Amino acid sequence: MGAPSPPPARSRTLSTSFAEALSVGLLVLVLVCAVVRPWGWPEAVVAVPAAGLVVATGAIPWAHAVAEAERLGPVIGFLAAVLVLAQLCDDEGLFHACGAWMARTSAGSPRRLLAQVFAVASVITAVLSLDATVVLLTPVVFATAARLGARPKPHLYACTHLSNTASLLLPVSNLTNLLAFAASGLSFTRFAALMALPWLAAIAVEYAVLRRFFAADLDAGARAEGEVAAPEMPVFALVTVAGTLAGFVLTSAIGVDPAWAAFAGALVLAVRALAQRRTAPAAIVRSAAVPFLAFVLALGVVVRAVVDNGLASALGHLVPHGTSLAALLGVAALAAVLANVINNLPATLVLLPLAVPSGSGAVLAVLLGVNIGPNLTYAGSLATLLWRRIVREHDTEIGLGEFTRLGLLVVPAALTLAVVALWGSLHVIGG
Amino acid sequence: MTVVVWIAEGTWPACVDAARVHAPQDAEIVLLHVSDQDVPGVAHGAFAGLLGRGHRERDPGNRVEHLATASARHLLAAAADRLQRPCARLERTGRTEREVVAAAAGAELLVLARDGDRTRLGPHSLGPATRFVVDHAPCPVLLVWPEPAPGAETLPPPPPHHHR
Repeated sequence: MGAPSPPPARSRTLSTSFAEALSVGLLVLVLVCAVVRPWGWPEAVVAVPAAGLVVATGAIPWAHAVAEAERLGPVIGFLAAVLVLAQLCDDEGLFHACGAWMARTSAGSPRRLLAQVFAVASVITAVLSLDATVVLLTPVVFATAARLGARPKPHLYACTHLSNTASLLLPVSNLTNLLAFAASGLSFTRFAALMALPWLAAIAVEYAVLRRFFAADLDAGARAEGEVAAPEMPVFALVTVAGTLAGFVLTSAIGVDPAWAAFAGALVLAVRALAQRRTAPAAIVRSAAVPFLAFVLALGVVVRAVVDNGLASALGHLVPHGTSLAALLGVAALAAVLANVINNLPATLVLLPLAVPSGSGAVLAVLLGVNIGPNLTYAGSLATLLWRRIVREHDTEIGLGEFTRLGLLVVPAALTLAVVALWGSLHVIGG
Repeated sequence: MTVVVWIAEGTWPACVDAARVHAPQDAEIVLLHVSDQDVPGVAHGAFAGLLGRGHRERDPGNRVEHLATASARHLLAAAADRLQRPCARLERTGRTEREVVAAAAGAELLVLARDGDRTRLGPHSLGPATRFVVDHAPCPVLLVWPEPAPGAETLPPPPPHHHR
């Protein structure tokens, strides 16, 4: 058990306890700086030197650092392709068209608008990742509700909650999924097949709870002024995204890394946008978020150092083993708690090496926890919340009561049902 | 005399109509809209949960704040059109129910609408924010139905027990 590690290579230059203290200290520093962002620096400014330090001091053996970089490299490439794809889809007007479609099909009824927001946010999150839903779709959903004269709150909550909950379906839906996908050895289609039922179960719980929770706002009705024009569908972007999805299935069937399908999709849209002079190469590179990619790589190396230097044996006792329903529930609950204390990204990096020996079922249970769990705490984790409270980032106090009450109604129920659905899928399809 | 009319999405036309009928001709009418701070707050929170993305300028909460300001202005303009009387417009941002109560301080009348579940008449026909405002209003309140008021025949029969 423990981390899947190559045989102990190279002599350590540090005593184990010092290496342990150093790597834990650096991880805390990296996470604190990622939340606090001193002087507005990109998160990578602290994370990359920290990773360099754990390697240089031998706190992580060179071979382990290389193995980690080799494991994360394709994940990061995949992530970059999806980020670019989403931004180019926005440039093509895909999100704007989604707003027009939601406005038109909801026919002035806030309850129907909520159903449309659920449909759009679930699909966008699954296909173009949670970043697309949070950054690109959320303002569109607000504008759509405002245009219909409906109260925006239920729809905005739906959008932000689904950016987490609906990110279960595909490896591309969430960075946590990409990390787990690389570690699990599952094919793209098998991952999706196993996660389809949990995805639907979690979304169904969100829908049932939100409809009741915001009943007053939804019953208030809406006052649309004038007809909503038929949306102009960005056919090229839609076809490209559909082709990319087909590419995911095809590449995994013939044993090629599905990241290439995402690259192809992004490339097609990029070439078109460049040919039509609607974007510049610099803008495309910017949408790939290179500092973020560097941050993920560096964080992975630092976490690996912490895991190698004793966290694996310390947490190893806490992580339930096996794929019984009780074990899966335990793994998912532990992952949800850890995600709420720090953040779901480091939680995934810490828990994956401990879950991998139990098989793909345990890995997917970790994902259920780290993806559904963040809806419990405002800002995704107590650490971030605490910091934002300290600096009072947006001069007004945000009512945490409502957010937390909604989270308490949704998260335990969604997590439990999703785990049961996963357990059922594992039995029917096989891990 | 000052009459404050709470303009909320969905139910505001009934409030404007009520103000037109019930506010005295010499009354100063204030159309009030409150943008709930939690709405952009939810978007800010979702972005803060994305660790390592940097770029504060990509925070969707900022865009939602701008959209909310534009939407409030638009709504108050539509309400003023419907009122067809001189009026003041007041935009506030914060906790909706508290801002409404604060804005009604010193007014002689506050006009607001039921906004809860109106299929079953009873306590739930007021949403939580409206309930709070009715309970804490510092002035008389005119509570109107967003649609035509139900007739007296919808009154449920008195409970059979309890009478001695």
